[in-house]
Amino acid sequence: MQLTGAEIVVKCLQEEKVEYVFGYPGGSVLYIYDEFFKQDKFKHVLVRHEQAAVHAADAYSRSSNKVGVCMVTSGPGVTNAVTGIATAHMDSIPLVIISGQVPTHYIGQDAFQECDTVGITRPCVKHNFLVKDVKDLAITLKKAFYIAQSGRPGPVLVDIPKDITTHVCGFEYPKTITMRSYAPNVKCHSGQARKALQLMLEAKRPMLYTGGGVILSDASSQLVKLAHSLGFPVTNTLMGLGGYPATDKQFVGMLGMHGTYEANMAMHHCDVLVAIGARFDDRVIGNPADFGSVPRKIIHIDIDPSSIAKRVDVDVPIVGHLPEVLGELQALFDEQKSKPDAKTLAAWWKQIDAWRGKDSLKYKQGKEIIMPQYVIEKLYEVTGGDAFVTSDVGQHQMWAAQYYKFDKPRRWINSGGLGTMGVGLPYAMGVRFANPEATVACVTGEASIQMNIQELSTAKQFRLPIKIINLNNRYLGMVRQWQQMFHGDRHAESYVNALPDFVKLAEAYGHVGMLIERPADVEPALREAFTKHKNDLVFMDFITDQTANVYPMIAAGKGLSDMILAEDL
Amino acid sequence: MRHIISILLENEAGALSRVSGLFSARAFNIESLTVAATEDPSLSRMTIVSSGSDSVIEQITKQLNKLIDVVKVVDLSEAPHIERELMLVKVRATGKDREEMKRIADIFRGRIVDVTESSYVIELTGDCSKLDAFLEVIEHSLVLETVRTGVCGIGRGDRILKV
Repeated sequence: MQLTGAEIVVKCLQEEKVEYVFGYPGGSVLYIYDEFFKQDKFKHVLVRHEQAAVHAADAYSRSSNKVGVCMVTSGPGVTNAVTGIATAHMDSIPLVIISGQVPTHYIGQDAFQECDTVGITRPCVKHNFLVKDVKDLAITLKKAFYIAQSGRPGPVLVDIPKDITTHVCGFEYPKTITMRSYAPNVKCHSGQARKALQLMLEAKRPMLYTGGGVILSDASSQLVKLAHSLGFPVTNTLMGLGGYPATDKQFVGMLGMHGTYEANMAMHHCDVLVAIGARFDDRVIGNPADFGSVPRKIIHIDIDPSSIAKRVDVDVPIVGHLPEVLGELQALFDEQKSKPDAKTLAAWWKQIDAWRGKDSLKYKQGKEIIMPQYVIEKLYEVTGGDAFVTSDVGQHQMWAAQYYKFDKPRRWINSGGLGTMGVGLPYAMGVRFANPEATVACVTGEASIQMNIQELSTAKQFRLPIKIINLNNRYLGMVRQWQQMFHGDRHAESYVNALPDFVKLAEAYGHVGMLIERPADVEPALREAFTKHKNDLVFMDFITDQTANVYPMIAAGKGLSDMILAEDL
Repeated sequence: MRHIISILLENEAGALSRVSGLFSARAFNIESLTVAATEDPSLSRMTIVSSGSDSVIEQITKQLNKLIDVVKVVDLSEAPHIERELMLVKVRATGKDREEMKRIADIFRGRIVDVTESSYVIELTGDCSKLDAFLEVIEHSLVLETVRTGVCGIGRGDRILKV
């Protein structure tokens, strides 16, 4: 079968069972778009800015475990997409990004809408390709899908010059692929697993610390089973929320810079730490030297060998796919007789419960001003804890992570690694495409939402009934908080003047807008939005306390036990 | 500590920039880097000399292995190995210096590969310290130009880096 390059792209996407391509057309991808037009096996979602295309594809993947696919044109199409690609890369999200490129004989001539796409994206992709011959196109796309979703997942970009999309060659889509330079190890080393289990059984103060890897590898059920067998406390990172049910009694909350007192104290004082699909990020353990000053044994399970012993020394490294490794640990646990010593474990839990007694997330909701935490608590109640919640980046993100109790994986969608403001709305779009019946809330702030506000138009076109929870404090809240704490309360450029009337703005795009200014109105407004306006996009502008801070907090560079609590102030 | 890292990688356009980009992005140090195709033209062999603590070198090898184009990585300095570097030195060679230069080149088993009325080009091969030693021995003001290839290395005996 002889096909053009453009036809081959479409065939490959169909072979990969792609449902949606998020993208934006332009000169160098016109032949490909022409082929999109002629088929109906997958749909194209036209965004209003390429950055949003990548974010939407990213959230489509995060909320479904399928590969997200996007298409952008050369030059500015690609450079606009870079933030989205880097965001996905930092959080290990499997994406295939297809970019147009100027024709091969123009490359390097500073042609119109030319940029060195492979060069620009190289540091923020798992891998990228420039296709120089139409005969390589199908195999390259096959490789792209394979690389994106195997091993530690990540975005893969395929750059296709315009002339390649018109060249013709025979087409056959490879069924499988093997690469001599890429064969990620997934099997668990059973000797290491034995060692790890032995350490866990002997632990006096054990701790399970789990991250985004649990979500990405769908290892949640194995994790829950193992944790219940062992009876150990569990903490999740920001990226791991939902990997272990937040309402489970063994859950001690999120850890890290804005983690709970009990999670951070337990992490600091444990004697055996099992890190599962987590990477000892600076926002999680604070200062690695301080963290390392307490003697403890560390078992680190991860698919990516380079994540192990990168920030802290590890006693038992286990490289492998989490469901396999946790399955192996469970099997080993089940076949041997001993259990963790109940008395010792009870003493550890007693200590943890004492830390819990600090109630580090408490806050006061008065009658006059809406507290942002209160909005999230009510959102949790009104949605029955069962919504997909996307967030932007800043204080509202931390409050959403602290107060919305995620019981299921893939429900909490945020930019943890890169911390990209503006992801919230396109993320909500991607989630809704992957989960067409789902309740989707986008928790954002008046600054973040404006970074991709144009997507209200896309949401209208595709009738996406997203509920935007705008925690409006008229400040770049997290910047203001740091300025208050570390920069003499000088609010350099963190006050946002001349905000739009968000209700009118939402209405201008054809959506429903709501302004909520009183604490008593929070719950009724949410109920109205989620019931009466179930099928509408509702922009809920909550005017919240201007100077509320996120607590607890560990200042950057400090140790885990060096926490600032709200009550200390 | 100084390490010599040998890499076999796909001989693809851009493979070199993936490796060099990794070093700059992660603030790893490169003292020298050499690369050329192997007897199998689909593969390139690269030798990188780097320095750092054991944990840094461990990260370097892990991060290199993570690159999709990289087939194999070996830290040659972990076991007996041979390292060689080639240097071309252009020196002023007039009057009494002419004989002296030739004598020193002979002592270092160097070869004079270009001769003019006033200069020699000396070709010298050896490990880094030998080349450094040569430059220290000759009169600095006579050195007109030097160029070094960077180190390439190979394991001794049964240690073979091959696909």
